[in-house]
Amino acid sequence: MEEKYYVEMKHITKSFGGVHALRDVSFRIASGRVNVLIGENGAGKSTLMKILAGAYHEDSGQILIDGKEVKIPNSQSALEQGIVMVYQELNLVPGMTVMDNLYLGVEKARGGFLDKKTARLAAQELLDMYNLGIHADDLIEDLNVGKQQMIEIIKAVSKDAKVIVMDEPTSSLSQKECEELFDMIETLTQDGVGIVYISHRMEEIFRIGDYITVMRDGEYIGDWSVKEIDQNFLVQQMVGREISQMFPKEPVPIGETVLKVENITKEGVFENVSFDLKRGEILGMAGLIGAGRTEVALSIFGRYKVDSGDIWLNGEKVCISNPRSAIVHRIAYVPEDRKGQGLDLNSRIRDNISISNMDRVGQGGIVNTGKENELVEEMIKILRIKTPSSMQLAGNLSGGNQQKVVLAKWISREIDVLILDEPTRGVDVGAKEEIHKLIIKLAKKGIGIIMISSELPEVLGMSDRILVMHEGKVTGILDAEGVTQEAVMEKATAVNV
Amino acid sequence: MKGSKTLIEKFKNFPQLSICVGYIVMFILLTALSEDFLTTRNLLNVLRQTSSTMIVAVGMTFVLITGGIDLSVGSVAALSATLSVAFMVNYHLPVMVSLLLGLLVGTVCGFVNGVVISKLNLPAFIVTLAMMSSARGAALVYTNGKTIVGVPDSAIKFGQGYILSIIPIPVVVMTIILIIAGIFITKTVFSRYIYAVGGNEECAKLSGINVNRVKIVVYSLSGLGAAIAGIILTMRLASGQPTLGEGLEMDAIAACVLGGTSLSGGKGFLFGTIIGSVFLTTLSNGLNLMGVSSYMQQVLKGLIIIAAVCMYERKKK
Repeated sequence: MEEKYYVEMKHITKSFGGVHALRDVSFRIASGRVNVLIGENGAGKSTLMKILAGAYHEDSGQILIDGKEVKIPNSQSALEQGIVMVYQELNLVPGMTVMDNLYLGVEKARGGFLDKKTARLAAQELLDMYNLGIHADDLIEDLNVGKQQMIEIIKAVSKDAKVIVMDEPTSSLSQKECEELFDMIETLTQDGVGIVYISHRMEEIFRIGDYITVMRDGEYIGDWSVKEIDQNFLVQQMVGREISQMFPKEPVPIGETVLKVENITKEGVFENVSFDLKRGEILGMAGLIGAGRTEVALSIFGRYKVDSGDIWLNGEKVCISNPRSAIVHRIAYVPEDRKGQGLDLNSRIRDNISISNMDRVGQGGIVNTGKENELVEEMIKILRIKTPSSMQLAGNLSGGNQQKVVLAKWISREIDVLILDEPTRGVDVGAKEEIHKLIIKLAKKGIGIIMISSELPEVLGMSDRILVMHEGKVTGILDAEGVTQEAVMEKATAVNV
Repeated sequence: MKGSKTLIEKFKNFPQLSICVGYIVMFILLTALSEDFLTTRNLLNVLRQTSSTMIVAVGMTFVLITGGIDLSVGSVAALSATLSVAFMVNYHLPVMVSLLLGLLVGTVCGFVNGVVISKLNLPAFIVTLAMMSSARGAALVYTNGKTIVGVPDSAIKFGQGYILSIIPIPVVVMTIILIIAGIFITKTVFSRYIYAVGGNEECAKLSGINVNRVKIVVYSLSGLGAAIAGIILTMRLASGQPTLGEGLEMDAIAACVLGGTSLSGGKGFLFGTIIGSVFLTTLSNGLNLMGVSSYMQQVLKGLIIIAAVCMYERKKK
């Protein structure tokens, strides 16, 4: 079948201060299809999309829209061409209703006064088209992230979008929300909207994608119809080498019990959670979003208070009232939300790493810069953080390198228990492998590791045992040996419980 | 890599470049326009006038870096200074003891601000606005709105005296405070905590920082700064006035903002604050010498603040 390409970007080149961000990249967006754009972080996907959105300008190359050559000088003109971006950070006003958000800037009005009735009807019609069960008068802040994202997409559609660019749309969605999003994407493509779908999740890409374009190091590698290729081939194209083994798990001697959690309960969040963790062991924590895994982790780390239950460390009962005392007890926590909890993006790499190590680089209240630099440089080397210097702002790094900085805050310390919350979320394939290797290395040192992950292959591939939670309860602790994704999923959705 | 080029780069990226250039231009203009401007006496006078604002602005800089604000400094200055004068005049306590008690009053006010803001998790703007009202009210209640006179000479020298018969004592006090603050904000572990709390509070908590303590300390320091400034101003007037220091908070915030400190937290420069407060005082001093009315001066001050903030914002892009 002959495809109709609404957008064609040809031989796009763009450099920033002499560094090529894009070199001769071509990308086509077929109407009514899901066009996947994939590549490691730093491959140039965002730069390419920012050019399409009018935020950056190409140095050379052509952009054709509907067959005609155009220039996109700013975001307004991109919108006029029907090109809409749905960002990870949502552009909605939380305290306003769904309908007010949908018509923000294009309010339905009569003679300067709001026409709420017409707006409500029109908004509800749009919402019902996608079967979302959302009312036009609902407040945005009362909706979950998935629903909010859909409102954002509906807003795009209502503005007559021809192309919708979705950047990692499922990164913070639960399984169910993902399904809803996929249904929505199907409706959109049936209406002839071209979707650009940027994601690292292979399963998704193969499920909903029609075409896949791979980029690497600012260059166009190729594009294929999804039917022609498989995952291994795609990963090879992305990294330019063969990843023999997705998960480098190797046997690590398991030692004594280091952490024991007994019946901890936080009312309305989780109840009677018990498990133990041994030295050198990787305990995977699986479950759907909202199962309470992060809350359990933060409670062990002292950020939340539990209502009842005991925590034992190395055979001694401990009381951990805040993160400081957790750190004193040699527990470390790497949070799931890099930007919100893990890093100060506007501060330097050095300051980010040393802030949790002040007890070691400080002397009598004064920062010993020699010691500090030594520590930071060592971490940059060990973790292979790609940066010109430790004085770079953390916000300038790619996702994978930011995650390495968060890890660097903790792994240089003498710790017994390391809690990793979604350690590879939004991280490219290469960095992911490095992080996995690092986790194994830490386990070998005798650290007990709790790894929360929503990616089942990761949990299965890395863990010794898997603790599964569902709605605040532990539904099973499985031996990872020989367990299947389906078995874990059953526990996580509590199918047989 | 690290050659002369980086030095030029550093110079170009120096955040206070435009305000420094602006200051130099203004300095040359004032020298040309008024023959009284470029004299040792006048310049020392400028520094003395700056001292109280600057001392408050130093504390304010710390508060702003944590992402907070302290609107109560003017009132706290008045309360600590009037009580300090009352201790020596009405209760005949030794001058040094009275002054120390005054400083304690200011610190306690700041401490209360910090405790309420951190432990009750209330917005700093509201809490310090309330303190602004209450502290001023307390000063007025205590004095019944009247000025306390009869301050001993040994106390007055803190506002009017000179060292080496030329350098005003307030300037010496200010210099000592700036040196201590400079070491504090660049070298200490605690300064990192201040920046971390303002940059990303949740991240700071999860990094094991006692965020509440950091906040309480910066507001206490701000209160202490306010008390020192209040005493200097009072001793210059040689009387305890409950209406002292009105608008001091705005001058201090303006000085910080001129120096590039961000009101959204995580970013702040002590050097910028120094330049900022010297800039504002030099401006009004020069305009006074040229006979520009104080009303017109206020208009100009506002325009300059807006112009400076525009420059910083443009630099960000």
